[in-house]
Amino acid sequence: MSAASVRRTDLRYRVGLNLRAVVGRSYPRIVGANREPSWIFFEALLPLLGIAAYVFIYQFFGGQALAVINQATLTAPFGMCGSNPCADAAQQALYRAAVYSNTNALVASVVLGGTMVAFWLNVLWSMASQLYWEKEIGNLQLYMMAPMNRMALLGGMAVGGMVMTSMRAVSTLIAGVFVFGVVFQVANPLMLLAVFFATLIALYGLGMMFASLYLLWGREAWNLSALMEEPIFFSSGFYFPLGGLFRIPGWGPAVAIAGSFIPASIGLDALRQLTLGSTAFGGTLWIFDVTTELEILVGMAVLFLILARYALAYLETLAKREGKLTSRHQ
Amino acid sequence: MQSPMTYAVETRDLTRIFAGKKKRRFRRKAGSNGSEDSLGPVTALDGVSLGIKEGELFGMLGPNGAGKTTLIKILATLLLPTAGQAFVAGHDVAKDPFPIRQRINMVSGGETSGYGLLTARENIWMFSQFYGVPSKVSKERIDDLMHIFGLWDKRDAKVRMLSTGQRQKMNMIRGFVTDPDILFLDEPTLGLDVNAARVIREYVMNWVRKRAGKTVLLTSHYMAEADQMCDRIAIIDKGRILACDTPANLKRMIRTETTFQLEVDTIRDTTSFVGLRGVKNFSHKDDISKNRSHLTFILEDEGPVAEILSSITSQGAKVHSLQKSEPTLEDVFISMVGRGLD
Ligand SMILES: Nc1ncnc2c1ncn2[C@@H]1O[C@H](COP(=O)(O)OP(=O)(O)O)[C@@H](O)[C@H]1O
Ligand SMILES: [Mg+2]
Repeated sequence: MSAASVRRTDLRYRVGLNLRAVVGRSYPRIVGANREPSWIFFEALLPLLGIAAYVFIYQFFGGQALAVINQATLTAPFGMCGSNPCADAAQQALYRAAVYSNTNALVASVVLGGTMVAFWLNVLWSMASQLYWEKEIGNLQLYMMAPMNRMALLGGMAVGGMVMTSMRAVSTLIAGVFVFGVVFQVANPLMLLAVFFATLIALYGLGMMFASLYLLWGREAWNLSALMEEPIFFSSGFYFPLGGLFRIPGWGPAVAIAGSFIPASIGLDALRQLTLGSTAFGGTLWIFDVTTELEILVGMAVLFLILARYALAYLETLAKREGKLTSRHQ
Repeated sequence: MQSPMTYAVETRDLTRIFAGKKKRRFRRKAGSNGSEDSLGPVTALDGVSLGIKEGELFGMLGPNGAGKTTLIKILATLLLPTAGQAFVAGHDVAKDPFPIRQRINMVSGGETSGYGLLTARENIWMFSQFYGVPSKVSKERIDDLMHIFGLWDKRDAKVRMLSTGQRQKMNMIRGFVTDPDILFLDEPTLGLDVNAARVIREYVMNWVRKRAGKTVLLTSHYMAEADQMCDRIAIIDKGRILACDTPANLKRMIRTETTFQLEVDTIRDTTSFVGLRGVKNFSHKDDISKNRSHLTFILEDEGPVAEILSSITSQGAKVHSLQKSEPTLEDVFISMVGRGLD
């Protein structure tokens, strides 16, 4: 071979190659996606409407509870504290404060959950179905022909999705805080960051795994995504603390456990504990303590990344054997 | 495993069979390969043995469905052979794809790759990153190539705003920007206007000729393109290599034969030409819009011309033109398989 064909294979070269590949693949998501100004409306403001619906319900219930406490009668001159009349003004004030704080915690849970919804939708629609769609436009074969590692391809998609969606999620969060007057108290910001990133990596690891599987399932995958969207909002507790589901006798725990396989559930639970204090809701609505949840998230992240890697390697070989890296052929 | 010789591309008895599927029947383009094989397995490549030397501009000429794309995909490590072996830059495509991928690139005609939200320049840059080309180097190369291909004005246009020709120029730049040693071009000028096709052909020819160690494998079903561009050409049909030589030598194979082109009123019956003495082979193509048939005869000498003409007129068809022509690669193909290239 001539001088032109001397190509490197050492570790430094490979690391450089794959880092470039990650940056390259994330570029269209970060830069390209923000070229359409309509995203501000669809992805930052529209989620606020979903959040608002729950906020109004929780505020209404809070208002009802307050009304009962404030309603003085002859037998209960200081209103009702639970099922008994309040003993005095001090007890009444205590009960009133509890209602305020529970309502704030619920509204804050919804704002956090609504923010996390953005990531879940991104994983479903822009990660899971991505390779299938890349195949349709003819990019997939060009990616598979390149010397980059396949995980760099998936990683680039994930990094791009995370960065882009974080920008959107932050806008939703800020808007939510201002519009609904939510109060967060963060005692352990480092832990908060750790949980947030572990959740994202586990969530996008799941997306990477789905991406490979969807390639196998083809068109049916779209229906699967549509099917998974709404039920998972519920079973993963995007709009209420998931621990609440566990307390519903019968089907509650089953649905909650199924929902917990989506890393967003455990992640949200931990994020809520870290931003509302673990004593919120009387400390009764959490699934595990934050440290345990972080461990589960890290475990999920590692597991999904490994599964994604093997699923894609398996699918690549299968597609190369069956001639399915392109949908059309000339 | 290393290939013992210094071929840039080598295949040994390369065979690729696609499992037939019912679904495919509906997707198959009409006339691509008849309909008799649409249910069972398709043998796209049937024992192909080829050696392409470093520095060669090598062409694969054959009709639709001949197996050209299948061969390119195997060489580009995108498809596994069913049997036989293929080596690119000395490496086995099935066992050792990584060093191959570092050295190759591929551009196909009618490609729709890239992202519509990105500009032409950004798209090319993105693909170069998957080969680890440093950003600065990549951007310089892209700018140079955009000037050469006449795409500079469109550098910041979104891909979805580009015409077919501009888009294919962008795809070509994507192929060159990684500075591959071996470039696979699968019908790169498919459906392009004359000018865009000429720019692309000229750049490819210069690229191979002016740089040491660069190899191109080009597939085409335009015989003039293959003739003009290639050092050597393999003629392929139904997955088999029928001949492989320089364009001049291929045409010399039928030098003792005479080619006649006729344009006549549409005729239905061509069986009368079949066993005619002195007719080596012929092809028949109808032009429905003009109500004419084009006939190309490869004759051993001029003897049978009178008989051919009387056979046509006896069907009541008028002969509009009769022309004796220099042999082209298409005539070589017709003399071998009794069909034209398209
Ligand atoms: N992925 C595939 N699955 C099934 N059959 C295929 C596939 N790709 C190509 N074929 C078949 O293999 C034959 C050769 O196709 P191809 O290599 O695309 O020919 P060409 O590029 O010369 O037009 C055709 O009959 C085609 O239908
Ligand atoms: Mg083809």
